[in-house]
Order: sequence, then C-alpha cells, then structure tokens
Amino acid sequence: MRTKVLVVDDEPAIRRLLRGSLAAAGYAVIEAPDARAALASLAIDKPELVLLDLGLPDRDGLELVAPVKASGAALLVVSARDATEEKVSALDLGADDYVTKPFDTEEVQARIRVALRARSRATREEGAVAFRDVVVDLASRRVTRGGVDVHLSPKEYGFLAELCRHPGRVILHTQLLRAVWGEGHDHDVEYLRVAARGVRKKLEDVDVEASAIRNEPGVGYRLMV
Amino acid sequence: MSPARPDPDALLRAAARDSTGRLKVFLGAAPGVGKTYEMLSDAAARRAGGLDVVVGVVETHGRSETQAQLAGFEIMPRARIAHRGQPLEEMDLDAILARHPALVLVDEFAHTNAPGSRHDKRWQDVEELLAAGIDVWTTLNIQHVESLNDVVASFTHVRVRETVPDRLLDNAEIEVVDLPPDELIARLKAGKVYVPHEAARALDHFFSKSNLSALRELALRRAAQAIDAQMLDDLRASATGGSFAVGERLLVAVGANPVAGEVVRAGKRLADALRAPWTVVHVETTSERAPDTARHLADAMHLASMLGGQVLSLPGQSVVEGLALAAADTRATMLVLGRPQPRRLPWQRRLSVRPLARRLPELSIHLVQISTRRAPSARQWKPGRPAIPGWLPSLLTTALVTVLGLAIFSAGDNITNVGLLYLLPVLLAATRYGLATGIVTGVIGSLAYNFFFIPPTGTFTIADPQNVITVGVLLLVAAVASQLAGRLRAQAILAAQSARQSAALAGFARLLTGAQEAAKVGQLLCEQAAHLLETNAVLLLPRQGELEIVAMSKPIRLEVLDNAAAQWSFANQTPAGRGAGTLTASEWLFTPLAAGETALGVFGVARTDAAVPVRADQLPLLTSLTDQASLALERIRLEREAAAVRTLEERDRLRAALLSSVGHDLRTPLTAVLGLLRDLSPAEPDQREIVALARGEAERLRRFVANLLDMVRVEAGAIDLHIEPVDLAEAAAAAVRDLRGTLGSQEVRFGIDQDLPLVLVDPRLFHHCLINLVENAARHGGREGPIFVSAKRLGDGLELSVCDEGPGIPVGMEQRVFEVFHRIEGSDRKGGTGLGLAIVRGFAEAMGLKVTAANRVEGRGARFTIRFPADRLREVGEAA
Repeated sequence: MRTKVLVVDDEPAIRRLLRGSLAAAGYAVIEAPDARAALASLAIDKPELVLLDLGLPDRDGLELVAPVKASGAALLVVSARDATEEKVSALDLGADDYVTKPFDTEEVQARIRVALRARSRATREEGAVAFRDVVVDLASRRVTRGGVDVHLSPKEYGFLAELCRHPGRVILHTQLLRAVWGEGHDHDVEYLRVAARGVRKKLEDVDVEASAIRNEPGVGYRLMV
Repeated sequence: MSPARPDPDALLRAAARDSTGRLKVFLGAAPGVGKTYEMLSDAAARRAGGLDVVVGVVETHGRSETQAQLAGFEIMPRARIAHRGQPLEEMDLDAILARHPALVLVDEFAHTNAPGSRHDKRWQDVEELLAAGIDVWTTLNIQHVESLNDVVASFTHVRVRETVPDRLLDNAEIEVVDLPPDELIARLKAGKVYVPHEAARALDHFFSKSNLSALRELALRRAAQAIDAQMLDDLRASATGGSFAVGERLLVAVGANPVAGEVVRAGKRLADALRAPWTVVHVETTSERAPDTARHLADAMHLASMLGGQVLSLPGQSVVEGLALAAADTRATMLVLGRPQPRRLPWQRRLSVRPLARRLPELSIHLVQISTRRAPSARQWKPGRPAIPGWLPSLLTTALVTVLGLAIFSAGDNITNVGLLYLLPVLLAATRYGLATGIVTGVIGSLAYNFFFIPPTGTFTIADPQNVITVGVLLLVAAVASQLAGRLRAQAILAAQSARQSAALAGFARLLTGAQEAAKVGQLLCEQAAHLLETNAVLLLPRQGELEIVAMSKPIRLEVLDNAAAQWSFANQTPAGRGAGTLTASEWLFTPLAAGETALGVFGVARTDAAVPVRADQLPLLTSLTDQASLALERIRLEREAAAVRTLEERDRLRAALLSSVGHDLRTPLTAVLGLLRDLSPAEPDQREIVALARGEAERLRRFVANLLDMVRVEAGAIDLHIEPVDLAEAAAAAVRDLRGTLGSQEVRFGIDQDLPLVLVDPRLFHHCLINLVENAARHGGREGPIFVSAKRLGDGLELSVCDEGPGIPVGMEQRVFEVFHRIEGSDRKGGTGLGLAIVRGFAEAMGLKVTAANRVEGRGARFTIRFPADRLREVGEAA
C-alpha cells in the first residue's frame, strides 16, 4: 500500500506541482485547499504525512500543527515567508521539518523521506547512528571514529546524542539547550556553538560546509546522515 | 541577585563629580597661613606639566613672595563695574567661560561681588565655572564656612558676614594649608600677614595662640570630614563596603524666634557628623504671629536650604502633634531642638521636652545649647495704628451695662449680679479685639462698677474687701478670655488661609488635567500665581532654542535684564532674579520648570512695587504651583510623543503586513513556475532549449524578487533584529550550502579558525549578507578561480573577508559599488540585480557592522570585508 501524503495549500499550481512530483515518487497524494478540508481529510484518509502551507485562507496554518500531530502523521511545514520566528514556532509546536518557498521539489522529497523514517522509528533511545566513519552508540554512550574510541566531553556527547536521536531533523536551539543543559539556558546559544566546534574538531576533518553537523541559521542544528 | 547593591544616589553624585569641573579648596585656619602662595606653587607645577592653567583672580595683598609666584601665569583681566561712580574690579566670569581653560585659580572663595555683578557671591561664580566643566582651585579660611560661622564667632568674638555653603566643600578636594600657631604669630609680628578689616579691631584677641589652635583643629577636622563623606560616597557607589548602618535621619525643629538660625546651624553640624539627611521643620501654631519673629523664621528656613537641608512647614494644633507628624513623614530617627530658654514673660509659651519624649518614644532627642548673647529683639511700636483697637464699641457697651446696672440696682438687687454683668463687655472686647482692648475694658468696667455700685458709691474707694476680688476677677477674665479668643481667632485665620490654598491648589490641579496645550497650562499657572501670591506672573517655554513668553497674568514686557535672568535660570536649572542671589537686578524672580533632568521652561513672578516677589514662607506654595505645572507640561509632551509613536507603529505594522503579503504573493507563483518547469522535460530538443531558457529566467526572477524584498526592508528601516552569537565558520558554510545550486562546482575556500570568538549578529540578516557577498564574488570573480572566505582578528576586533580572483573594482568605485542599482560597467549581462551589495551594506549597518570594498593587495581580484568591533564579539572557551 502506498504512503498517503496530504498536501494542504490554497494555490492550485503548488498542489499540481507537488502532486506530480510526489506521485512520480510513488506516494498517494491527497489535496486540501484550506484548513477545513485538511481537518476532514485527516479524519477520513488518515495520511501518514502532511505537507502544510502556513498561509491558508481560512485559518492560521500554525493552528493545524496540533491536530496533525495528534493524528500521528508526520508534518512538514511549507512557508512562503522567510521568517525565522514562524519556522521556530512551527517546529516548537511539533512539526518535523520545514521548507521555504520557493522550494526545490527534490529537496521536499528528501525532507519527506527523513520525516517518514523518523516517524516509523519514533525517537531513538538506543541503537547506533552512523555518519561517515563515525558511529554513535546511544545505549553504551560510546563514540567511535574509524573503529577507534573518541572521547567527547559530557556536553559535547549530549549535544551529539540529541541530534542522533532524530537524525536528519532540525533540532531547535532551545530543544538542544534544554536537553543537554537543562532549564534556564534557553538563550545560551554560544554553548551550542562551542559544543558543535568541539564535536567537529574531534570527529571530522572536512570543511564546515561539508560537516554532518549542519547549522540552520537562527533555527537549530541537524545531523545529516 | 547581588547582595551588595550600589546606592543609586551615591552613583549619581560620583558621576556628577566626573562630568563637571572639580573644585579644590586650599583651606586655612586663619589669614596669613599662606593659602594663596600654596595654591600658586601647586598650580605652577601643574602648568609646568602642560596643564592649561589661568589665573581668574588672585589677591597678592602686595606681598612680594606671592607676587613672584604669579610670574609666568596667564592672568585674566578683571571686569570693571561702575558702582555709584566708583569703578570696581571683579573677576571676569564670562571671559573665563569663553577662554575655557582646564583649570582656573580663583582666590578668596567667600568674597562678595560688587553690586551689579551677575552673582552676589564669588562662590556662585565658581559654581558656574564648575558647571561649565572647568576645574577650579580656590582659597578659604575656616571661619567663612557657613556651618562653622557660629562656632568660630563664639570663641574669637569676630563674626564674618561672608560665608560659603557647606555643600560646596562636600564635593571638593580639600587641602589644608597648615602653619603652626607660633609661626603664624611670628609672621604676624614681622608684618607679613595682611589683616582683613573685619578682624582688625579684635586683632590681638583673634591671633591668640589658643584661638589659632582651635581654628586649626576646626580646619583639619572639616577637611577630614569632607574626605570621609567622599570616601563614603565612593564606597556606596561601588557597594564594596560590608554593611552600612541604617542611617540616622534628623528632624530639626525651629520656632519663630531669634535662635532659630543657631539651631539650624547646629543641626547641620550634627547631620554632617552623623552623615545623615536632615529636615528643618517649623510647626505653625497660633502663638507666633508677630512680624519680627516671622522674619527670624524665614531667615532660618532660608539658611537651612542654603546649607542643603530639606525644609518643611506645617500647620498644627500643637507643636508636639506637628512634630510627630513631621517625624513620621520624614521617618526621622533623631529630633534636634534648641534648649528651652528661660521665659522672658511669665505667660509666654515655650516647648517643653517631656511631652515630646512621651509622644515620640522612638526618637532620640538632641538639645542644642544656645548661646545667651543674642541681638536684642527688635520690638517697637508701629506708628499709625491705633494702640487699642475697638475702644469705642467697648466703651459704649460698658456704658450700656452701667445704665442697665443702675436700673437694676435701683430696683434693690444684689450688686454682685451687676458685677457679673460687667463680664459681658470684657468678654466681647477680648474676643473681638484682643488682649489690650479686653484689659482696658476690664479696667474701665471695674472702675465704673466701683464708682457707681460699690459702696461708698460715687467714689473709687472700696470698703468691702470682697469687692476687690470682683474687680480682680474681672481683670483676670479679660486676660484669659482674650488669650483664648485670640488663639482661636488666629487659628481660624491660619486654617482658613491654609484651606484656601489647598482648595486653590486642588482646583488648579483639576484644571490642569483638562489642559491639552502648553499655552493653556501657562495661562492657568499665571492666573493662579497672580491670585495666590498677588504678583504678576509670566511663563516662558523654549521654542526653537529661544525662550518665548507663552502666558502672562497681564500684559507685561520683559527687559533685556529680565530675559537674561530667565535664560540663565533655564540654562542652569536654578532660580534667578530678585531674591534668588543671581542676576538680582531683574525685578522678576524666575524659577525653572523641569521634569526629571529635562528643562521644560521658566516661570517668573514680579511685584509691581519692586519688592522681593515671593516671601520665604510663600516659597513652598510657589514650588507646588510650578511642580504641578511641570507635571502637566510633561504630561502634554508625553502624550504628544505617544501619539507620534502610535502613528509610527501603525505605519510600521502596515508596512510589515504589506511586505509579508507581497512576499507571499510573489514567491508562491514563482515556486510553482520553477517546480513545474523542472518537471517538464520534452523530448523535442528545440523545446527542451525553450524550457531551459524559461527556467533560467524564472530563476533570475526568483533571485530578483528575493533581493527586492530585502531591499525594501532596508529602505523602509523595517528591520527587526534578533541578535545571537554566531560561529563565522558555520554561517559561511550555511551561505555557501544555500548557494550550491548557483555556484555549481565553483570552489570555495574557507580560512576561518576554529578558535575565533563568536560574532553577535542577527543570524538571518547575516546569512543574507554572506549569500550576497559570495554570490557577488562568484559573478564578478570569474568562474575558474576559487572564492576565499576568511576571517582573522584585527586589533581587538575581527574581520571577515570574501575575495575573488576577478578583474577587481575600478579605482575610485570602492564606495559606489554599494549603491542601489550600481553595476560595474560592462557587467550588465552577468545577471545581477544591482541590489546585492546595497543589501549587504544595509543589513550590516542595521547590525552595527561596517562593510568595505577594496582590491586585493596580494594578487588580482576584489575583497569585501565586514568588520566586527570588539563589542560585537563574544569570546568563548573550550567546550565544557
């Protein structure tokens, strides 16, 4: 059975574009032009993933985040505004990822794959995550590079582990800070910068451009796998 | 939460010491110790060190050694002032202000200026110099310090009139010029001491060894005290001190009597010693209404404010209750009173300490010893006023009672009842016309009673001793009734006065809340002041830097002199004009209106008879009037500002909404066009080429829209900053990653060290800056050569550069490349929008950064640099 993807957008052209490329990739595409139709489709069709444009005619797109998450579907937010705050609030409310218009359909497909994979696994508390020649074993808290143990400081490990629990997904600055440093450090972004530097230095030899620890300016970090 | 919190007042005082000029006082115990000499030799050393020192005024008194010290100094010429045909010379304040040296020497701090000078006193000149940021050195003898004036006079028996307020010394650096008494006496005998003429009479006594020792001790102690106070301020400002005891607060009670001034001075000394704030209070009861005693009180209150104390005057049923109220108001911990004096007259009321101590158990009470030598009270008969008011009606009622009494007596009644009848005119006279009339009526009544009724009638002889008692009672009743009635009447007058003022002030406040314009406030203020103070009034507000009359109580004209006083008062935020001690030649008294630190305007009052416009006891009333007007003016100003801000906010909100919706409307169709074209891959080669072209153009359109939207935000100033620490390496990588589609396989080399500090920027705006810089490098640098993105420390800042290996920027165009739609000639076809670099500069400036363009020194190509000053950096240690 094909994976069902619900596309919520009031622009027929965008729906047409996404229908074409997603159908070609083997998804079953359902369309909704507004929030009302989207809520109905959530109940009837039970899609596995929702592509949600935040600029809807009848309601603020952000209001749909909670019902979508409650249905168990993965959620990818599409925004036409280059507004960091909007992305951050969507992610904070539980969206899995975001893309900004104008987007590349291939980019959207890649994000969809990551989101679906993450959903099938839910959060990863154990097992190992691998990128390049690095293996992070979440159960034993071991990090190896090319089979050799690498010693990370507790905060560096915490930072990396939090990214590894949601590979491919953007983790907000505040989420990372709360997970590793606890409450009361929501704005200490410099801790994250230092931790990212430390992890890169110990685990990678490449330019920052090619680093698997990728920063999303003003939003958060993402582990590329 | 820091446990040691700096005291804000102390911080302010320390800041004030830093921004205004500093005062240094060479303090001496007596004339002749060599203050001027010392000041000049110290100043000579400073001058040799390169400091800009001028001599404002120095009196050498013809002494050659001092004269020699003056050599080499720039000496300001003195101003000539003609006074009653006599040319007088004074220090030229304006010339010094214009010359604006770093340090000016002003001899004889306590000097009184010639009439017609701007200020009455030289210390006021010095204050103006200090306010202008000029350091001042001056000389002073201890006997001229206001609060020590009495003390010195008490043992030297020489009283000087020229005094300097203590507050000036509190903020000054004090150097004591010390000379042992024996040496000073030797110098005196050798004729080396210039003797001021005040001291000439008591010369021998003044320069006695014991006096000089005492003066010397006073000088040293006063200097130590000033240093202590400053150190304490510094300590409080930095809050390094462990614990400061909760301070004492002094309440100094004065009555309307000749010793009030002495009590105030004593209170000031005590407050200084305890480093406590102090308030002088007078409780207005009814027993003190004589004009001469009121003058003592006004003088004492004036002295208190000169010495830096708070002044409070409140009506009360009794002194004890009034003081209790004042103590609660000021949260006083100590009450200072003059030691009660022996009564001059047996019925005179005086304050006794015991009820006070009972009523205010938590207060410590300090009794000040009052010296018994006192100026004789200036009591005199006022001519032109009838000595006995209301004597005619009293006489008539007495006659009436006599006639009535005769009628009753003839009917054969007891004469004692007739005696009671005589109480009526006495009571009437006493209550209506006061003590004197009451007693006179009593005497006349008893005489009449004696003559007409007491046997033997028709004579003034009294046969029965019982009748003597009747006459005595009549007189006593007259005395007591008139005292009681007099007090009641006075209290009623006071209460009515105070109620009238309160009502007027309340009404004034209510009217002010309705006023929406400064001119209306001014009109109300002028009317109220004219009504309550019985003066002419005028309000001046600044318009385009000039003070303009906005309201007046009746049409008046301000003379040049008046305008000068108003201007001075406005500029210095101090009262000026008649009765203020500054520019007293103007017949107006100007008081500044201010809200916090902001000068709002000046309010002037003048009396048509050219007297001092506001009596000392009316000053609180004037102050509450001006305070309320200030509040109203400030409210109007704030309302205006708030309205302007609201308009601006509304405009900003509209603009932001418009931008956001335009952005959405432009991006959505572009997304569809681009995506749909990408999915279109016709088999026909011809059509494939068309689709490819269309995609290229759509891509260009996308870039253009993005840049255009950014540019609109720069131009509109609608940039919201969200500053956070950003790692330059990460930021550069993110920008290059986003551009990969455009850059294709073009190489980008990073040269950003991992141990550089983070930069404090808005990540989104900075991202756009970097994208535009890298894109610009790719467009103009040629496809082959790599793009370099590097960062390095420079001084205490940081520099990020984006370099290419292209042809570089034509000479002279380094600034113009940042202009909107500037394109380097011949580069039109490179597909740029002409906005990229303008956006870079706009965003960078919004974040407080500077962008520059130059050609690379090493090799070919252009270099664009963003400079981060030290305050935009955050140093980080190793990962924890």
